Amino acid sequence: MTAQDIAAVDPEARPGGEVLLRATDVTKHYPLRAQGLSRRHRVLRAVDGVSLEVRTGETVGIVGESGCGKSTLGRCLVRLTELTGGRVEFDGRDISALSARRLRPIRPGMQLVFQDPQASLNPRRRAGDIVAEPLLVHRYGDAAAVRRRVAELFDVVGLSTAHLERYPHEFSGGQRQRIGIARALATDPRLVVADEPVSALDVSIQAQVLNLFADLQEELGLTYVFIAHDLGVVRHVSDRIAVMYLGEIVELAGTEELYGSPAHPYTQALLSAVPDIDDGSLTDRAPVRERIVLTGEVPNPVDRPTGCPFRTRCPYARERCALERPPLTRTASGREVACHYPLAE
Amino acid sequence: MYTVGWQIAEQIRAHERVSRKEARARAVRLLSDVGIPDAASRVDAYPHEFSGGMRQRAVIAMALSCDPALLIADEPTTALDVTVQAQILDLMRELNARGSAVVLITHDMGVISQIADRVLVMYGGRAAEEGPRRSVFHGPRHPYTWGLLDSVPRVGGPRLRRLPTIAGMPVAPGSLPEGCAFAPRCRLRHERCEELPVLSAGTADAAHRDACWLPTDQRTALRLTTRTADSEVAS
Repeated sequence: MTAQDIAAVDPEARPGGEVLLRATDVTKHYPLRAQGLSRRHRVLRAVDGVSLEVRTGETVGIVGESGCGKSTLGRCLVRLTELTGGRVEFDGRDISALSARRLRPIRPGMQLVFQDPQASLNPRRRAGDIVAEPLLVHRYGDAAAVRRRVAELFDVVGLSTAHLERYPHEFSGGQRQRIGIARALATDPRLVVADEPVSALDVSIQAQVLNLFADLQEELGLTYVFIAHDLGVVRHVSDRIAVMYLGEIVELAGTEELYGSPAHPYTQALLSAVPDIDDGSLTDRAPVRERIVLTGEVPNPVDRPTGCPFRTRCPYARERCALERPPLTRTASGREVACHYPLAE
Repeated sequence: MYTVGWQIAEQIRAHERVSRKEARARAVRLLSDVGIPDAASRVDAYPHEFSGGMRQRAVIAMALSCDPALLIADEPTTALDVTVQAQILDLMRELNARGSAVVLITHDMGVISQIADRVLVMYGGRAAEEGPRRSVFHGPRHPYTWGLLDSVPRVGGPRLRRLPTIAGMPVAPGSLPEGCAFAPRCRLRHERCEELPVLSAGTADAAHRDACWLPTDQRTALRLTTRTADSEVAS
């Protein structure tokens, strides 16, 4: 690939707007049914003390493996689920304790795009009505105004207005995800939390939807929280990335820094496990990455290890890691790592 | 409901004359071979008590129970996390090294690029391109293979603002065109494409074959042209 073919992303051009969303020490615990008499208060710590800031116009990626709490965190951020502890501020306002009535005028500003468009679209309703629903809920205007807005939204996400009357099953997977995106955009949100929005799509369709996300951000000035397990996808869309493990953020850094030199051993292992396509272009430029194969499995979040959550699988774990839980700490270069012995930068 | 061990033992007992006890002992050994910790007690667990990665290992143990000469694995790592996927791929490599042939079916170009000796790219039920892995990945010749390779966001290399895409949607098996199945989505479609292309070798390597009417000696230049166009045109 030659340089002029690429509209390369400028790593310095990171949006620096004001803080739109601030999560402080967010926790979400699910009580489990008692098993026997001895352990009555078993608790699943899905999200365990997460702090995160999202600035206007930027895309923050949240990456991690299944069960790490990234989807639960996403739902906490837009308060689709009640927090167990901590607070979430949206546009300077604490939304974590607001009543449903007070939350209602704030809701249009923050919307969610779901993973599986098949499951998140009502199969018995027409595509046009699905997109119109949030407009009706938030009293957008009269029937004609709603119709005009729905047609406009179809246009924005690249759907034909000839298909307004169709049902979800009459669309392909990629088109269904476009309906989900149109619905999320209906109320003109400032923040869109997208939870695995492309992982159910065919590879060739995935690229089309990712391009749509990029175009919409540019045209509408959207702020994204983009949750995904695919490390290539997250790298492509994000300005900054939070890596989660067992309900915690273990590393938070700019995309280039994170992929260039991961500071947390888990980030390093995660990146090294991705089978990269060897197309002959990398061998002469970058050295072959050392593969670190983790042994064992992610611990059960009900029986969280003492100290560092990753120490049971960490190749560098020492005695201190079992005793003290490392807090997320800002390093000299501005990235945040939760590790007693972060890797050299 | 049956335990994992019972399901593996069933397979062994169906094909060989062995006692229940011996079949069970072999099930334990197989589970331990595929990396299930504490296999002697895990053998009595039910599938829902296993994690996704462990279930996939149990299924592989089942497939290995009668020492197959050929293992066909259909998307064996698609539902798994990357760290577990790496473990399963190591298992496949090991099996391969012990003499079994492996046919791995996947949509993940990265996985193929890491593990395969030879690659077959399919589209619309037909072979689009076929050849040794290095040859196919370093010098792909079919426009569909180009699209597959270029539209995947990578963990290394340059970051693009827009990804090159393959236009349109995958062909429905019921409505295959007369000629090249990929033609309706191909940027380089021309009159010749109405005729079904045959799988044929290029000039350099007889093992590397593709089904496309484009002149073989101009493919690299054509690929660069389409890649630029693909990332500029709105999807």
